[in-house]
Amino acid sequence: METRNVSPEKLREIVGADHVRESTAADAVDGVEPAFVVEPGSVEEASEVMKVAGEEGLAVVPRGGGSKMGLGNPPRELDLIVSTARMNQILEYVPQDQVVRVQAGIKLEDLQETLSESNQMVALDPPETGATVGGVVATNASGPRRYARGTVRDLIIGIRVVLADGTVAKAGGKVVKNVAGYDLAKLFTGSLGTLGLIVEANFRLHPLQEASRTVAVEVESPQAAFEAVRAVKKSQVEPTAVELRYSEDRKLVVVLVESIPGGIDAKEEMVSFLLKPSGRVRTLSDEEAGRERSSLSHAGEDATVVRISAPPAELVGVMESVLGAAERRGLGHPEITGHAATGVTYVTLSGGETGTLDDFAGEVREIWVRRGGTVVLERAPVELKRRAGVWGPPADSIGLTRRVKEKFDPRGILSPGRFIGGI
Amino acid sequence: MERSRLIQAMEDILGPEGVIHEREQLRTYECDGLMNYRVIPDLVVLPVNAEQVQKIVRLCYDEGIPYVARGSGTGLSGGALPVESGVLIVMSRMKRILEVDLENERVVVEPGVINLWVSQEVADEGYYYAPDPASQLVSSIGGNLAENSGGVHCLKYGFTTNHVTGAEVVLPDGSVAHLGGGKAPDEPGYDLLGAFVGSEGTLGIATSITLRVLRKPEAVRTLLAAFKDTEEAGDAVSGIIGGGIVPAAIEMMDRLCLEAVEVAVSPGFPDAGAVLIVELDGPEAEVENQFERTMKICEDSNASEIRVAEDDAERALFWKGRKAAFAAMGRVSNDYYVQDSVVPRTELGAVLKRISDLGEEYGMRVANVFHAGDGNLHPLVLYDGEVEGEAEKAEKLAGDIVFACLEHGGSLTGEHGIGEDKKKYMPKMFTEEDLDTMQLLRCAFDPHYLCNPGKMFPTPRLCGERPGPFRMHPVQKAGLAELF
Ligand SMILES: Cc1cc2nc3c(=O)[nH]c(=O)nc-3n(C[C@H](O)[C@H](O)[C@H](O)COP(=O)(O)OP(=O)(O)OC[C@H]3O[C@@H](n4cnc5c(N)ncnc54)[C@H](O)[C@@H]3O)c2cc1C
Repeated sequence: METRNVSPEKLREIVGADHVRESTAADAVDGVEPAFVVEPGSVEEASEVMKVAGEEGLAVVPRGGGSKMGLGNPPRELDLIVSTARMNQILEYVPQDQVVRVQAGIKLEDLQETLSESNQMVALDPPETGATVGGVVATNASGPRRYARGTVRDLIIGIRVVLADGTVAKAGGKVVKNVAGYDLAKLFTGSLGTLGLIVEANFRLHPLQEASRTVAVEVESPQAAFEAVRAVKKSQVEPTAVELRYSEDRKLVVVLVESIPGGIDAKEEMVSFLLKPSGRVRTLSDEEAGRERSSLSHAGEDATVVRISAPPAELVGVMESVLGAAERRGLGHPEITGHAATGVTYVTLSGGETGTLDDFAGEVREIWVRRGGTVVLERAPVELKRRAGVWGPPADSIGLTRRVKEKFDPRGILSPGRFIGGI
Repeated sequence: MERSRLIQAMEDILGPEGVIHEREQLRTYECDGLMNYRVIPDLVVLPVNAEQVQKIVRLCYDEGIPYVARGSGTGLSGGALPVESGVLIVMSRMKRILEVDLENERVVVEPGVINLWVSQEVADEGYYYAPDPASQLVSSIGGNLAENSGGVHCLKYGFTTNHVTGAEVVLPDGSVAHLGGGKAPDEPGYDLLGAFVGSEGTLGIATSITLRVLRKPEAVRTLLAAFKDTEEAGDAVSGIIGGGIVPAAIEMMDRLCLEAVEVAVSPGFPDAGAVLIVELDGPEAEVENQFERTMKICEDSNASEIRVAEDDAERALFWKGRKAAFAAMGRVSNDYYVQDSVVPRTELGAVLKRISDLGEEYGMRVANVFHAGDGNLHPLVLYDGEVEGEAEKAEKLAGDIVFACLEHGGSLTGEHGIGEDKKKYMPKMFTEEDLDTMQLLRCAFDPHYLCNPGKMFPTPRLCGERPGPFRMHPVQKAGLAELF
């Protein structure tokens, strides 16, 4: 892996000397260090930077808040990190329209804070702190609320991107309902910086609910957890989130309900009633509830997080396959969390030899891919990523996926190698 | 390829019953729901399974023959308009419901399945399919997917795109790909399904579609409120939404529309300048409480009358009046031209005013019926096609309405699609770079430009590197030109 001889002069001319700096070890992506970090301050600057990168064939990895740079295969090569950190403004916000247009570098939590002043939110609640909106879109990050509100694809209504050759293009708009043109906002969702640099995004917003309660049931087995989830899901109570927290010493299904003050008690009672057959039920304090809402464990930096997507009704199978595979390899009781009603499960393993973890991932992957799911290494030591591959076997749309990549980034300079199928 | 040989080749794939080539029969397919554009296709083929679709597409690919998919032909933008010297692939014989899997809240259907059938299939178990275009009795899921159709309830529940989780697609090169997984969420990779939904049949043909179905809400409450004019009704809409209420639907009809509906289906609506229909659904206690607040907001906005649907029959009557609106125009005017622009909700008042001014300027009547909650207007420009020049005038007025909506930060279309009808307006909403970037996607899917060519984009570039306006593929020109 060698980096090209990058001359920063042209870049300095574009963004100013203060906004091009040599990289440090902290800028490395999966151990691969770029030559420079560039921080454009506007769409125009970003476009000029990409033009230079495109002309010189520099490998670029976009970066937002840097909270999820661990997702993806190690880059094949890396010359520049293009950071959106300076592009952090809210561009348009008329609360009555329930739509917001922002620059990609704004931190999600900063955006939410402004929106909350008008009792609104972008209904996205990924667990990472410090994530930017652009990063959330590029990684398709989601959180517990996805059960009721969906994921980025359901909330994003417009996008502006800079392509590998500096072309600036937009799609969608700032109205909630819009079918004019191809929906490139969705195409870029989850594209992990391989199609272009996301510079702006528009979202539909939801009102903040006035009242909320978090009800939890202590379960003893995967079967009991599933029964609890199923009971809530089959009801008409319309919860906001249905979460699983299943570790050696804490086994809970947690249900978040939201409503108006006049409706919340009835919802809470109904959920408690539905959960009762599965175990001991209690309503959590606000503080406890806040802790439970973050879906990723607070395991150490070197932990491995495996994301399993499976048909939601297969929750018991997912949990048992994970517990069995871990136990057989002496990995102990992994921490299993997830957006239980949607079929997304996270397995956190602390420690473990690379070979053992590889075997574990391989076994779980074999089972769930066969049953129509996917198994992704959401976070893992580089060695393990190289060995097991982050994404698992690609679907039969991989040929098309490659053609899309070739059209958008014919020289392959954007986040090379990080994505599915080595894209 | 000569026409007779093409017919033979298609009959080999489909059997004689799957190929229509008599001119009189072909006429049936010359247009979709937008009847001012007509093209007689060379050939109509009616596959019954994905394998046949694949063979048809492969044949077209090998021979350079353009083709268009058609569902039920109710589209309102000319999306299913045949292309000259091309094949029309009608999906209506692929109408099986393939799988019902309520444990995973999913139903898998063939594209020719009619929208309403899905809800009917799962109703007994307490589920339904949320997107409900007014055409739901006749429009197909394949067409819904291609247009990303909306419905009155999409304010709360989203559009077709939010309810399609997977699709099996025959790509323009004749290969098959499964987009979006369908069984499990968050398939890694580009969201090709998200790009395919709403692509108006230009990226391939869906042969099986996985839909998300929802649990029916516990309670539904519907009211109808009458106002002096659209402005006061608009205030009520702002009040409701601004108050943090997310109704399942808010629909508005203006005076002219109300008159037409009354003549057509006599729902007994109040005599008013504007009527709102507001529907709330969800858990009982929540709905009750919000319904009271909604009534209060309507009163505060000077509603002259509020009617609450006491039972399903009365609710159905409210909706019957609303859903009949387009058809009812026929009772007050020989012809009408419908637009589908969208504006940010806060611009509604200004835009409605502008529409009414434009109507006066042109001396033409414009009726308004629209999805007020999400700012999706359906201005109906009334005219008489028998009168020389009226049709052109109506189209010009409709165009001015579209421009007004764009000036107010809106979109060309909320649910009916660009198709043949609005492609000329695309450069008003998007820059050349925007449109060229969309073509990158097109070229990845359909490099030979055979799949519903000429729709959606004014003059797309060819898929080579070389920029320049689109020209007809030479094979296309030569192949079937001698037909009629
Ligand atoms: C009275 C009336 C009311 C309407 N109300 C609404 C409404 O409330 N909301 C709304 O959104 N629309 C509405 N429409 C418009 C229309 O019904 C929708 O656009 C509908 O989705 C079209 O479905 P269809 O089966 O008729 O498709 P068609 O008109 O046959 O085709 C539409 C497009 O889909 C493509 N297509 C069809 N099948 C496939 C396939 N299998 N794979 C790929 N592409 C395919 C075609 O090529 C074409 O571009 C209304 C129309 C009418 C006439």
